[in-house]
Amino acid sequence: MDWAYFLQQLINGLTLGAIYGLIAIGYTMVYGIIGMINFAHGEIYMLGAFHSLITFLICQAAGISGILPLTLLLMLFVSMVLTSIYGWGVERIAYRPLRGSFRLAALISAIGMSIFLQNFVQISQGARVKPMQPLIEGGITLMESPNFNVQLSYMQIVIILLTFVLMAVFSTLIAKTSLGRAQRACEQDRTMAGLLGVNVDRTISTTFVMGAALAAVAGMMVTLYYGVIDFYIGFLAGVKAFTAAVLGGIGSLPGAMLGGLLIGLIEAFWSGYLTIEYKDVATFGILVLVLIFRPWGLLGKPEVEKV
Amino acid sequence: MSALITSSRISGAEIVKELAFFAVIALLMSVMILGVETVDRPTGLELAVRWDLVVTAIISTIIGRLALILRREHISRVGQALLITAAAVAVFEMFVRFRDMDDRWASPVFLDMAFGSATSVIVAVAFVTIVFAIAYFSMKKPGAEEEESGSRLSSKIQLAYRTNTKKIGALGIVFFIIFPFLFGENRSAIDLATLVMIYIMLGWGLNIVVGLAGLLDLGYVAFYAVGAYSYALLSQHFDLSFWLCLPLAGIFAASFGIVLGFPVLRLRGDYLAIVTLGFGEIIRVVLINWYDLTRGPDGISSIARPSFFGFAEFDRRLPEGVMGFNELFGLDYSTMHRLIFLYYLILVLALVTAFVTVRLRKLPIGRAWEALREDEIACRSLGINPTNTKLSAFAIGAMFGGFAGAFFATRQGFISPESFTFLESAVILAIVVLGGMGSQIGVVLAAIVMIGFPEMFRELAEYRMLIFGAGMVAIMLWRPRGLLSFRDPTILLNMSKKEKVAGEVK
Amino acid sequence: MTDNVQLEVEHLTMRFGGLVAIDNLSFTARKREITAIIGPNGAGKTTVFNCLTGFYVPTEGRLTLYANDGPRLLERMEGFRIPRNNGVARTFQNIRLFTGMTVLENLVVAQHNQLMEASAFSLAGLFNLGRYTSAEKEALETAKFWLNKVGLYEQADWNAGNLPYGSQRRLEIARAMCVNPSLLCLDEPAAGLNPRESAELNVLLQSIRDDQGIGLLLIEHDMSVVMKISDHVIVLDYGKKIADGNPEAVKNDPAVIRAYLGEDEDDELPPEVAADLHLDPNA
Repeated sequence: MDWAYFLQQLINGLTLGAIYGLIAIGYTMVYGIIGMINFAHGEIYMLGAFHSLITFLICQAAGISGILPLTLLLMLFVSMVLTSIYGWGVERIAYRPLRGSFRLAALISAIGMSIFLQNFVQISQGARVKPMQPLIEGGITLMESPNFNVQLSYMQIVIILLTFVLMAVFSTLIAKTSLGRAQRACEQDRTMAGLLGVNVDRTISTTFVMGAALAAVAGMMVTLYYGVIDFYIGFLAGVKAFTAAVLGGIGSLPGAMLGGLLIGLIEAFWSGYLTIEYKDVATFGILVLVLIFRPWGLLGKPEVEKV
Repeated sequence: MSALITSSRISGAEIVKELAFFAVIALLMSVMILGVETVDRPTGLELAVRWDLVVTAIISTIIGRLALILRREHISRVGQALLITAAAVAVFEMFVRFRDMDDRWASPVFLDMAFGSATSVIVAVAFVTIVFAIAYFSMKKPGAEEEESGSRLSSKIQLAYRTNTKKIGALGIVFFIIFPFLFGENRSAIDLATLVMIYIMLGWGLNIVVGLAGLLDLGYVAFYAVGAYSYALLSQHFDLSFWLCLPLAGIFAASFGIVLGFPVLRLRGDYLAIVTLGFGEIIRVVLINWYDLTRGPDGISSIARPSFFGFAEFDRRLPEGVMGFNELFGLDYSTMHRLIFLYYLILVLALVTAFVTVRLRKLPIGRAWEALREDEIACRSLGINPTNTKLSAFAIGAMFGGFAGAFFATRQGFISPESFTFLESAVILAIVVLGGMGSQIGVVLAAIVMIGFPEMFRELAEYRMLIFGAGMVAIMLWRPRGLLSFRDPTILLNMSKKEKVAGEVK
Repeated sequence: MTDNVQLEVEHLTMRFGGLVAIDNLSFTARKREITAIIGPNGAGKTTVFNCLTGFYVPTEGRLTLYANDGPRLLERMEGFRIPRNNGVARTFQNIRLFTGMTVLENLVVAQHNQLMEASAFSLAGLFNLGRYTSAEKEALETAKFWLNKVGLYEQADWNAGNLPYGSQRRLEIARAMCVNPSLLCLDEPAAGLNPRESAELNVLLQSIRDDQGIGLLLIEHDMSVVMKISDHVIVLDYGKKIADGNPEAVKNDPAVIRAYLGEDEDDELPPEVAADLHLDPNA
């Protein structure tokens, strides 16, 4: 067993997993509060990637791209803000009017929204792959072995750190603030929460905004990490992040993060040791298995059927 | 309290405030994605600024929001008509700008004059102000009765449609049968009709699963792929004829449906949707990567064409002893014969699908599907096996998908995994949903609108999916159960169908 | 006596996580009798039903149904097999009709399994073979019989969701009877009915017991129904059985009175509760 290779896959998997986890939080929060799969969430992440790319290009044009921390902060801030407005808009247009309508209607509307956003970006930004130069280069060599050096790049450190900081901030937000309380109340019983003076519409909107902001961060990290994006990246990432949310237990925030890390690790090890072609099959296979054998996921609670 | 009961007319300031809010939203949403284009250059990506698009987006948003406000505030017909015109002009203008992006067409001269880039903002603002003023002053006083004639008209149409579904269906069938006689020489018309018919058949097949049984299947294309690849492989490796492979393709697809469906059909609606999506993608990934069997992304080409039921062939040059179709009927050779034959073949396949669906609906299994869609727990309490019942819907739907796939393979002569993407599943689903879940005629209309029209207006091809997506959302908002989603009872005791329908429409 | 037993519940326990919904419950229900299960809210009555009809798998215990051809164990059986193979039909506390389908269709769906067999799993039906058409005719006759019985013949073609509440309750009972059960479990059939409607319900339930000759298991809060028609009453409190006997004995049982009023209350009953519990059978 080549431990160096193993360690490298572990690092790659954790990085990827952090990104999936951030997207998965959006699925899990929305599912928790309104009980629907926000099918367009993957596109929100894709929009986040585009917003950060364009912000970078603007910084470059303005000549401030040399100041790296400023550029990164701007990218983060702008893409979070603008992408969350898309998250808000999607909820307002496609989901809110269908709240309380029959279940499939909202899901179909979400699929329509996803197709729309994908093609909207394809038409307005072109179908070609967008390259992005690496901003954060270099890294630490953790371990040297005869045929393989284990690298932990600075980019990977940034991704993992940023993810954990954001996770901590959002967990506190939901555990400690009145907004979080309102969200948990709406999860339990929306009608009752409304009667007790919780502004249900606003709480749901905020949930979408928060999910979209995190997806935007994920989009920005992917842009920086892989250096290429296109209008189609949202679909696969969306399905994988959803799998992560289900694996961790949909509705559970730590579950989403755990699920994301696991999916990232599985993908990295599958590609590293088995066949890279079938890595998506592995993810889908896990989704199916989890749903069949443990539909409430790792950290979720089983639902008792109400008769 | 009184504000709740007697809603007073909305003030101008409130309207301006609301519009300003949405204008800011539109600005933020469009400022980067529309306002800045990333252009590939040899040196890397560069920016091109398109402020006109941002302005257009904001104007369209303002007008659209205004329309909503005024509808909310009971505006008169004149005002509504004005607004619709205004919105249409705005959208059209935006469309022209979009189109100019890749300089393929010059925009019409008058539009350049009206919305030339320099004056665009001024003209648009003036335009909005005028529309706003007219609409505001034509607003009715609160409490005025809403006009009912519109809804009465639509209920008349509904009544006419619902009491005559059989006649409309028969007329439709007659039209599709005589279609080749009307357009027999027009190759592209027959091709298009065949394509539309494939989607009608797929729509009808999926309708069993989604419309009747209420199972949201996002991976229907998998069964279409299984059918297509079964025929292609069987015919290439074992030299089996199309007529033998057609039922086999259906059986393979149905078995696939059972194998895939068995573990997952107990899942709740939206989980099922995601899992079926996963299956669709797995099949596609396997098709791409199992090169030895499927030749991966290269696809399978020169797939055998069907014979005339084994009696005659359609090719021009035939080996000795093989009868040509034109010889059999004493006609001159024409390439159209095969195309027309293929058209009738898919027509018959589609009609079989429709016939089986209509019959099944009135049988215990069909009633159980609908009951399951309404309430699974009640079904269990009545001794209905939910898994088997769902499985039967899944398998029958898959079987028709398999038939359609085999037909697709033989018609195209070439298949590759690219024909079986998630988008294809979404298109078929959109056809079912738009038409009205459970409605046979609805599927036909939706297939014509969604497949036929985009093919006819090829210039709009790149906007097709955009409109698709927007259309799916719009239809769901307007009629969450689809355009023609009326449920006719499968059995009546005291009433005639006409009485029943009349009672419901009123 | 023992061969008259229809259902035997032994040591039934149901836990949800830490919550014990039913605690070591045993009782029997006899053929051609109405057995009522009563108890305060949250006593675990509906959970008993859900265990009996296969919606929950009991944590412990044995549920034996004495069918005509011998005893059957229900506790490990898949939900849909309990009505199909063993003739236990049920209704729900919050009515579960197929609201978009007509009243008649609701009753035909309930005869799914017979019809399915007759249609040779749809093949005979697809081609309209005689064997299916006659079965369908028979199913219609059964449906008509029950429509008349619950007084919904005129509304047969209405959508079930458009019926008034009381009629929906009756339709749900008729639908359960179309399963052709040997034991009918009714979950609060009188909830939301006005006094006239509950009097009609009494007549219907007694007729089902006497004319169809089947056993009924009844969860009910309406004492005017329970005390009047039950042959046997079981009282649950916090998942435990606290009384078991004929209506007269149960309503004078001190444990029952305590359960309904709480331990710390004075001995005096508030007048409306007293009226409920000591309802004059002739009222």
